[in-house]
Amino acid sequence: MAGKEKKGVRLDHISKIYTDPKTGKPFYAVNDVSLDIEPGSFVTLLGPSGCGKTTTLRMIAGFESPDAGEIYLGQEAINALTPNKRDTAMVFQSYALFPHYNVFDNVAYGLKLRKVPKAEIEKRVAAILELVELSGMESRMTNQLSGGQQQRVALARAMVVEPSVLLFDEPLSNLDAKLRVSMRTEIRRIQQTLGITAVYVTHDQAEAMAISDKIIIMNKGVVAQMGTSEEIYHHPNSEFVADFIGEVNFLSGDIIEAQGDSCTLSIAGHPVQVANPDGFPVGKQCKVVLRPEAGILGDSGALPCKVVLSCFMGAYQNYHVMVGDTLVKLADYCPVGRKVYRVGDTAYLSFREGCVHML
Amino acid sequence: MKSRQGAALDRKKFFADPVMVVTIVLLTVLLALFILYPLAMLLLDSVYVRETTLVPLESVLSGEAEASYGQDKATGSRTVKVVNNKKTEQAISLDDLSGSYGFLFASNGRVLKEGEEVDPAATFVKVNASYWTADAFPRIFADYTFNRAFFNTLQLGMITSFGAVIVGLLFAYVDCYVRVKSRVVKKMFDVVSTLPVVSPPFVLSLSMILLFGRGGLITRQLLGIYDSDVYGLSGIAIVQILTFFPVCYMMLKGLLKNIDPSMEEAARNMGAGRWKVFTTVTLPLMLPGLGNAFLVTFIESVADFANPMMIGGSYDTLATTIYLRITGGSYDTTGAAAMAVVLLGITLVLFLIQKYYLEAKTAATLTGKASRARVLIEDRSVRVPLTAICSAVSAFVIMMYIAIPFGALFKLWGRDYSLSLKWFQQLFRDDGFKAFGDSLLLSLIASPITALLSMIISYLVVKKKFRGKAFIEFVSMLAMAVPGTVLGVGYIRGFAGGVFRTGFLQGIYGTGLILVIVFVVRSLPVGTRSGISALRQIDKSIEESAYDLGAGSAKVFTSVTLPLIKDSFLSGLVTTFVRSITAISAIILLVTPRYLLITCRINEFAEKGAYGVACAYATILIAIVYAAIVLMNLCIKYFGTSRQLRRKESD
Repeated sequence: MAGKEKKGVRLDHISKIYTDPKTGKPFYAVNDVSLDIEPGSFVTLLGPSGCGKTTTLRMIAGFESPDAGEIYLGQEAINALTPNKRDTAMVFQSYALFPHYNVFDNVAYGLKLRKVPKAEIEKRVAAILELVELSGMESRMTNQLSGGQQQRVALARAMVVEPSVLLFDEPLSNLDAKLRVSMRTEIRRIQQTLGITAVYVTHDQAEAMAISDKIIIMNKGVVAQMGTSEEIYHHPNSEFVADFIGEVNFLSGDIIEAQGDSCTLSIAGHPVQVANPDGFPVGKQCKVVLRPEAGILGDSGALPCKVVLSCFMGAYQNYHVMVGDTLVKLADYCPVGRKVYRVGDTAYLSFREGCVHML
Repeated sequence: MKSRQGAALDRKKFFADPVMVVTIVLLTVLLALFILYPLAMLLLDSVYVRETTLVPLESVLSGEAEASYGQDKATGSRTVKVVNNKKTEQAISLDDLSGSYGFLFASNGRVLKEGEEVDPAATFVKVNASYWTADAFPRIFADYTFNRAFFNTLQLGMITSFGAVIVGLLFAYVDCYVRVKSRVVKKMFDVVSTLPVVSPPFVLSLSMILLFGRGGLITRQLLGIYDSDVYGLSGIAIVQILTFFPVCYMMLKGLLKNIDPSMEEAARNMGAGRWKVFTTVTLPLMLPGLGNAFLVTFIESVADFANPMMIGGSYDTLATTIYLRITGGSYDTTGAAAMAVVLLGITLVLFLIQKYYLEAKTAATLTGKASRARVLIEDRSVRVPLTAICSAVSAFVIMMYIAIPFGALFKLWGRDYSLSLKWFQQLFRDDGFKAFGDSLLLSLIASPITALLSMIISYLVVKKKFRGKAFIEFVSMLAMAVPGTVLGVGYIRGFAGGVFRTGFLQGIYGTGLILVIVFVVRSLPVGTRSGISALRQIDKSIEESAYDLGAGSAKVFTSVTLPLIKDSFLSGLVTTFVRSITAISAIILLVTPRYLLITCRINEFAEKGAYGVACAYATILIAIVYAAIVLMNLCIKYFGTSRQLRRKESD
């Protein structure tokens, strides 16, 4: 997409109020959300259903109007623009292909509206179809295509108009699991090739982590956390985020000693050394965020625990252990050659260095 | 919560789309002008009287009729002050004879010229008076003719609806529950369910007279009954039941198909017999649906004009009484307007109950689809009698239709049953060509307009959000509840003197344009309903994606929406054509001699007893309508969306 300046998207204190159809009371579907999406980056809005992610996306597209705040595309405020006047293109969950057009006409639709000369339309459609690996299928009707192919037509149709921003509304949720994985790689590859700004909505955390430069986790209309996948996985800022991304255990403890960026916690009466980058003071009640793969079982260690479940899952040995009254789920990857604990065994839990995080 | 910036933005975006705004405004104006306004005028007419009375100048001058005559000493101008019987005071200047309130007429009706000698004994003052009154309703309710018509209308509606629902239910039950082995019988059911759609409204009445009337083929020739009387309640009721039961059949069939057979199997499993299952499971589930069918038929029956007109004899219904009031000698417009208001009231109340109460209830009891196919009843004791009854009814209906072309081909029905083409010849010697030409032309103009309008309305109603949407939806559906006769009277009252009697749009009165408008208004609800249900099935995001790619509302409509509901558009086209070319009730009140319409001609000839020509007209009309429907089905098959999609799937 030579010659076209890349544009970012900025949301400035955006809110959207809906009326609850059951109670008739207004509520915030999106509440004071501010985002700055850099040009050329791939940003994912992730969250449970009803968290406001799709509403946010539809406000960027122009289908919904924000009740407060302003949306900028590049430097331009676009609140009052109708969807057809905005330089965005959306890929819908249902693909929303035109069933009465063939593949070529579907993809060419936006170009025809922009009064692009016929020869150029043909050139550009051919190029984009090659990019999505659908060359030769121009004259097929959309219902002759498989789900994955339809998905790629939808993608081509959105990209061919060279929008400043590509919007994706759960585009993979209608595909089967295997196809979903290969399509998300595909989408990422094409986005990188074109260097186009993309906003992607999904509730599938694996998809979000695989595809994005930056993830924005939303909950109940507000942004819970934003950051790279690593930041969000390893340093969640709330129980909600920790719980939403991946499997997690929470261990409560009190800080009994703090020195520099490390501290000693008392968990179920046992002292444990944990990194303390935020400098929490002594006496603070904390929660340790322990991912299943961040805990190590051994014959010695800080926290004595009792094994209540042990089963072989192929890639890892799955343990459930009781630390005091807390059930902790652990995954011991590649257990070959290591000791396998049985139900009823007593073991000691220690934390992999740098892999636990305190809230 | 803060101020709704979103609403303001939505408004801004809405007005950024001028095509849509103009369309909505235009639609609202058109609907208000051609549906609401005439009905409002009817209401107004029934409570607001404008009348013109002629007062003999003599009585005015002698002061008899509470009038005073005076001469202004200074100017010498003479005035007459008249207090008419409605206590409205009018001052009439005899000098200014062309004053707005009064003219002087010579006894021969000539308007006197200014300065002409006035003979008080042979001169009349025309007094225009207008006043509000509430006595039109008490007056018509005290009127014997009205009371009888009112009672007749309700009685007929009851009988017809009961009959039609029962026959319709029987057909639907046999269709969905009973194994019908004979292909011929199945085919017959299909024919019978489509015939009334095809047929002009009074065809069954016509053949009823031909077959069972005084000179009827069956009553007289076969049975030797010489004094058979089909005119009256029983005649209309039979004809109406036969005309309307297929609608019930189709409605109830849709319902029965949605009943999950496992519910009935559960009842059978717990020990209920077939009859018990029917009365305790099937029937209660269908009750709202039956009520729905009942009301729809009731509205149709009450609004029916053609059949009571042709076969009613002295059994007048409201629709015919209103027509006679308007066209007959009495010209009691206030009375007719009041009656029309009563008739409209009946249909409107039923329509509201049907639309807002029963339809919702039907949808609530029967949601979703049957989980699997029903095991059809093989039991001979059920199968044989039910199939026999349905076959008999079907055969009867088909016979009635066959009578029509033969009515046109026999030399003289009742006396000479040799074949001849003389009725057709007479038809074309007369004004036949003009009648077919006019009817075809007007219907062909109305069809595309209606089809397009109804698609636009359905698009706006289903896919767009705007203020006034409820108005557009309600008014375009309202026309369904307005009997043709009422609409006709409304148009006379509303447009004869121009809109609000200002002369605006007066030009359309008496032209073909007003006929086309009536055709459009009468068919709009049908087209809109089919458009709405077609559009509800289309994923909202298909249009959103076009919008998102840069298409404005008009472009989205023409490039995406319309192609996707092509079938609905095509069927709207043909439905309007068929309804228009077979329409009579509203049209007969508005048509002028400039246009000859087939239906009016049939009515005329049938009234005169010239059944041969009437049948010839009806035969050709049925042929035209049938051809139109065949053409539509071919079009849908080869150009329609469903075909397009089917073909691609099978590739």
